[in-house]
Amino acid sequence: MGMTITEKILAAHAGVEKVTPGDLINAKIDIAFGHDLSAAEVMDTFERLGVDQIFDREKIVLVPDHFTPSKDIKSAESCKRMREFAKRHQISHYYEVGEMGIAHALLPEKGVVLPGDVVVGGDSHTCTYGALGAFATGVGSTDLAAAMLTGELWLKVPESIKFVYHGTLQKWVDGKDLILYTIGDIGVDGALYRAMEFTGEVIERLPMSGRLTMANMAVEAGAKNGIFQPDGVTEAYLRGRAVRPYTRFESDPDAVYAAVREYDVSQIEPQVAFPHLPSNTRSISQVENISIDQAVIGSCTNGRIEDLRIAARVLRGNKVAPYVRLIIIPATQEVYRQAMREGLFDIFLDAKAVISTPTCGPCVGGHMGVLAKGERAISTTNRNFVGRMGHPESEVYLSNPAVAAASAVKGRIANPEEVAKS
Amino acid sequence: MILRGRVWTFGNDVDTDVIIPVQYCSSTDPQEFGKHCMEGIDPDFHKKVKPGDIIVANKNFGCGSSREPAPIAIKTIGISCIIAKTFARIFYRNAFNVGLPILECAEAPNYIKEGHEIEVNLDTGEIRDLSLGRSFQAKPIPPFMQDLLRDGGLMNHLAKKLDLRGGSGSRKMV
Repeated sequence: MGMTITEKILAAHAGVEKVTPGDLINAKIDIAFGHDLSAAEVMDTFERLGVDQIFDREKIVLVPDHFTPSKDIKSAESCKRMREFAKRHQISHYYEVGEMGIAHALLPEKGVVLPGDVVVGGDSHTCTYGALGAFATGVGSTDLAAAMLTGELWLKVPESIKFVYHGTLQKWVDGKDLILYTIGDIGVDGALYRAMEFTGEVIERLPMSGRLTMANMAVEAGAKNGIFQPDGVTEAYLRGRAVRPYTRFESDPDAVYAAVREYDVSQIEPQVAFPHLPSNTRSISQVENISIDQAVIGSCTNGRIEDLRIAARVLRGNKVAPYVRLIIIPATQEVYRQAMREGLFDIFLDAKAVISTPTCGPCVGGHMGVLAKGERAISTTNRNFVGRMGHPESEVYLSNPAVAAASAVKGRIANPEEVAKS
Repeated sequence: MILRGRVWTFGNDVDTDVIIPVQYCSSTDPQEFGKHCMEGIDPDFHKKVKPGDIIVANKNFGCGSSREPAPIAIKTIGISCIIAKTFARIFYRNAFNVGLPILECAEAPNYIKEGHEIEVNLDTGEIRDLSLGRSFQAKPIPPFMQDLLRDGGLMNHLAKKLDLRGGSGSRKMV
């Protein structure tokens, strides 16, 4: 009986030949990551315990990305604590404002997280790195503290569900729509405690940006991790980026899955997840007249250059509707510079969008676009829970960047076909 | 260990954004988390709860963000235990790591109503609804997780194992 890619990575990091789902293992950690919110709690835990040591300064990553540049005194204090910790321990991968980005876009871009790694992060969207063929999962700050202190963490080997995507993607449909459609199909706990393994000819053709978007939202189906087989696309993406050697793992043909789900993507339209669950999805053609106050394009889900190019295609020659705010947030400094070079900023500014420095800000209702009572937003982010982007009586609709851009132009949730001029 | 308390019920997919909105997470003060516990569902929840009360919820409790203030907020206001059909996995780990007992039981949430008095045996997983006069069997807590609870969470457990001597909050960082 063979093993899945997830099982193989975990076995290798537990120092055993074979693992089976349900096994409790102690896994060696390749990268332990924290941001300004979760790392502050790690520092607290260390203080309570009276320890001030880390297992390896090369394997800890700290990124101030949530409330940065600091939005108030409290967030400035947590960033300061993290900065001092990074300085004191000479953390190699600390990214200050000016070189930081939203961590889940930044770490793949910098080649810090790699195929075959076990990555744990004090953020639920750590599962993003599964796009590269790593086992990556979110943990709370106590688990993160344990990982940073010992370089190990106990994990239960998850069962895997295999998702197979056949057919050809329709126009304006991308990784975001595939993952929203999948979550709509299986529900927000449809992959609870399990690994989601994404396969099929559509996935083989899907660019890294789309894979990162899909793996990012595995947690919205309750999954422990989402994972892709590393291939030529992975190799091309990592060329010139990878900071160290890595190992490619692949699932055995006779690996055992808890379930296999197959989709014909030719039938899938752009998806919109209605409040207040990511699983509450509808096809764009089924969406009636829903006015919006704000559109957000960015985040760890959809803030990469490919996302901004799609938004620009829709926005070129168009203007944001009166009384609507369009907030565009390149996820990293590199994405920011690239978008500027390609002239995307002119398109955005002509359309009357604002362009922000990289931050998680509005996605979590933190800053840079918090919603008032009764307001409604369409957003390329990953969650639409009650109060996620601000007031508990505000609403968030999730979509891909093309739909968000088209909606900003129309002032209501719109199909990009209605708007795009090219 | 046997817990006894009054029940507060919740539905499916109670997410960490409603348990504790992120605006309050720049703090590391448990009391501050407690004041906003369940704000997205009932802003006065923390005032209504009495120490020892128990939450009974449907499926996927604690989904969403990995924020540890979520179980800390619930523990701080005095909730002694959560029973749900299933928990989101990060919340599940976090709850044990901060020393908040939680039990998975497929049946009990279908019958136990708000305001009922229940008794929970953490060692065996037996749940007795004293108002109904009926018992339910939860999945027993795995031995490894029981060790965590006994030691007061993961870090105290590690401190013991690694002989870091801490865990009491007495030693300061140097």
